[in-house]
Amino acid sequence: MDITQRCHLLIEDLSVARGERVVFGGVSLRLGSGEIAEVTGPNGVGKSTLLRAIAGFLPLGSGRMSWVESEATDSAPLAERLHYVGHLDGLKSALTARENLEIGLGILGRGRLTPLEALDRMELAHVLDLPVGYLSAGQRRRVALARLLIADRPLWLLDEPLTALDRHARALLKAIVADHLGSGGLMLAATHEPLGLPGTIQVRLGAR
Amino acid sequence: MTRILLVVFLRDLMLARRIGGGGVLGLVFFLSLVTVVPFAIGPDLNLLSRIGPAILWIAALLASLLGLDRLFQADHEDGSLDQMLLSPAPLELIVLVKCVAHWFVTGLPLVMLSPLFGLMLDLDGPALRAVAATLLVGTPAFTFLGAIGAALTVTLRRGGLLLSILVVPLAVPVLIFGVSAAQSGTVPFLTPFLVLCALGLASVALAPIAAAAALRGAGE
Repeated sequence: MDITQRCHLLIEDLSVARGERVVFGGVSLRLGSGEIAEVTGPNGVGKSTLLRAIAGFLPLGSGRMSWVESEATDSAPLAERLHYVGHLDGLKSALTARENLEIGLGILGRGRLTPLEALDRMELAHVLDLPVGYLSAGQRRRVALARLLIADRPLWLLDEPLTALDRHARALLKAIVADHLGSGGLMLAATHEPLGLPGTIQVRLGAR
Repeated sequence: MTRILLVVFLRDLMLARRIGGGGVLGLVFFLSLVTVVPFAIGPDLNLLSRIGPAILWIAALLASLLGLDRLFQADHEDGSLDQMLLSPAPLELIVLVKCVAHWFVTGLPLVMLSPLFGLMLDLDGPALRAVAATLLVGTPAFTFLGAIGAALTVTLRRGGLLLSILVVPLAVPVLIFGVSAAQSGTVPFLTPFLVLCALGLASVALAPIAAAAALRGAGE
């Protein structure tokens, strides 16, 4: 993997407003290579909003956010250096798992694993040529998570990654995340159930 | 970059083929409109052949609007649009490619079958050629202008009606010059046809920028 270069995500006093309403304010976070942070807080406090704002889907209110990649071969903007897996899995029901992942790779660029290898890591190689519409919620989730392995991007933003996953799949995801961090990646997850990796930075929203 | 756009193009064609609906629906709608009009007008062949090009154009406009509401909505609903926002390719170009793919599936069949439908309206050879040529230039303009409406209504569940209201006024100039070029005899063919080409090219160049801006705002 070629993302061992040092990366930093710096968030200072960030707030995001939707319309007139301030969803959250005063979030600060410093995340470096190999580090994982978990955003926690009660429902509706803005965990998903924070992740979507970092991904660039929502305009930032006040505060600063910067992304530094030393030894970067090109100065790509943050949106091209992150993976986002949210509540919607971004998969097309009419297409097979392989086609979905090939399209994901085509759109995101910078390939790493092939669709077969990525699904194999998620222990789903047997559904490679099944339309995603036939899969269960947990299996769909695993196909969406396999996209993380397809394209080489250092920052992973995962919104409730454990939803619909069984205990075995959770262990798989944990191993994949640990690998990612070990090779210098960064991860920010919004979750109610901690992944339980050592050294997790806690970001608590709603503690006002 | 070109690879990304090619992937998006092939993906949309593949989805259209797997899911079906869009293109065939537009064609059937086009056919039914063209079939019904002669019954409403009555057995006046002269009148029919005089207004034939206009009927074909109105039918093409309405048929183009029919499938447009799903252009971005399907991708918005399942989260694919988020992935496209993360792509190194600019959203404007992705929108452009999606529109081209949409036109291939819905607009091009209309253009190719329009001479056949023109026969049902008693159009003669030159008129059939003129209608097909003008539709070939005009239907992409409908698709691209419609993309603006589709992007603006992407978060609305029943956005189809609002989309039509938004897009039809924009499509009026295209309709005017398209029909006046297709109705040979009253005015020379070339002048309105060139204006039609200009309108088509302008919509291809500008609509993706507007639609992409609307899609970025829809993240809200």
